[in-house]
Amino acid sequence: MDVSVELALTVNGVPVRRRVEPRQSLADFLRYELELTGSHVGCEHGACGACTVRVDGTPVRGCLMLAVQADGSRVETIEGIAASGELADLQRAFAEENALQCGFCTPGMLLTAQEILRRNPRAGDVEIREGLSGNYCRCTGYHAIVQAVLRAGGVREKGQP
Amino acid sequence: MKPAPFAYHRPASMTEAFDLMERYGPGGRLLAGGQSLVPALNMRLATPAAVIDINRLPGLDGIRVTPEGLVIGALCRHAAVERSPLVARHAPLVAQAMPHIGHLAIRARGTVGGSIALADPAAELPACLVALDATVRAARRGGTRDIAAAAFFLGIYTTALGPGEIVTEVVIPRPREGWRSHFGELARRAGDYALVGLAINSRVEGDVLLEPRLVFTGVGPTPARAAGAEGALAGRRPDPPAIAGAGRALDADLDPPADVHASAALRRQLARVLLARGLRGLMES
Repeated sequence: MDVSVELALTVNGVPVRRRVEPRQSLADFLRYELELTGSHVGCEHGACGACTVRVDGTPVRGCLMLAVQADGSRVETIEGIAASGELADLQRAFAEENALQCGFCTPGMLLTAQEILRRNPRAGDVEIREGLSGNYCRCTGYHAIVQAVLRAGGVREKGQP
Repeated sequence: MKPAPFAYHRPASMTEAFDLMERYGPGGRLLAGGQSLVPALNMRLATPAAVIDINRLPGLDGIRVTPEGLVIGALCRHAAVERSPLVARHAPLVAQAMPHIGHLAIRARGTVGGSIALADPAAELPACLVALDATVRAARRGGTRDIAAAAFFLGIYTTALGPGEIVTEVVIPRPREGWRSHFGELARRAGDYALVGLAINSRVEGDVLLEPRLVFTGVGPTPARAAGAEGALAGRRPDPPAIAGAGRALDADLDPPADVHASAALRRQLARVLLARGLRGLMES
């Protein structure tokens, strides 16, 4: 029985049209159909946050959304968002604070950090830790990541590039 | 893991949704925010023949104030409820509970109706609705039905919804003069399922509690009202002896489960801690 469904969306600004199985997650769709491998599939039940992508401007779990549900939506992955330069300061801060270890969690951490700072560039330690609580780092590098987000927030606040 | 294959339907009207629910019966599962259903699919804990995606049903995503009270549509995302000034004003208990629901990205997708219809015993919203005497409104072909929150949650993942019924909205009565509320919970990590949660709603006169409602999460199959502790506090100031008495009463009120995260004894202790903190929060609010 063919239950596949047609979907049309834009991914990183590019219109995409595909026929997919309804059971395919948005995260798998991005990785396997579009070869955008920045969003990682970790726990597949919403605990680890490695699959985070933006749908219509909001960070969501790519593993908890079916690809077909993104029909008609605007999806942004770490590839597109990083290429736009939007994350340049955060990326720099991650490098400077040694907040990158194996890198598996990094795309989700960056997208989530960006959302935290978008809501409040002055976010402090507690707010950042709470905001990042949905993203696992199994290299145990949380402290460095929090420092990096604090640093990027501080720089944005001063209005420096 | 990956879901077993299923057919996907996206009804554009309630009638179409009812048709699909009838066609598939128990083999059809409604998909709202998907933050609980999709993990169950991924782990193959659920293997429905069809997923009926109700996200595009019209008219179920508004928040409004009516003479009945605050009405929150079933398809409202947690994030929208969290930042709604109407909710903050007319249901501060719900506003306080929202940041405890999952993580930022989970709240972006999860829905009020989904959380209620799923009836997870650790969930925040069901306890708030019970504490606030709210009503769950459900639609079926040819009509709607109002169910008191206290009668809605029947067991773990079990509600009073009948076959072919969809939660369409919840109605929270207008805040009454002199009533105050407070929500708190204890979890191992911010956003995780709470080990224990507590919604308090009480009339406060001077510094005396009248008609206190204490509804715990995570300590039983449904939101658990702590009648003994309520009795120990009613008509009293929540001073240390009263709080201690209410804490002792919780031993008879609650029969918490033990699991890998916490023993029953630890959950009882956490419930007492939350009660003391909650009462303090309530009086300071």
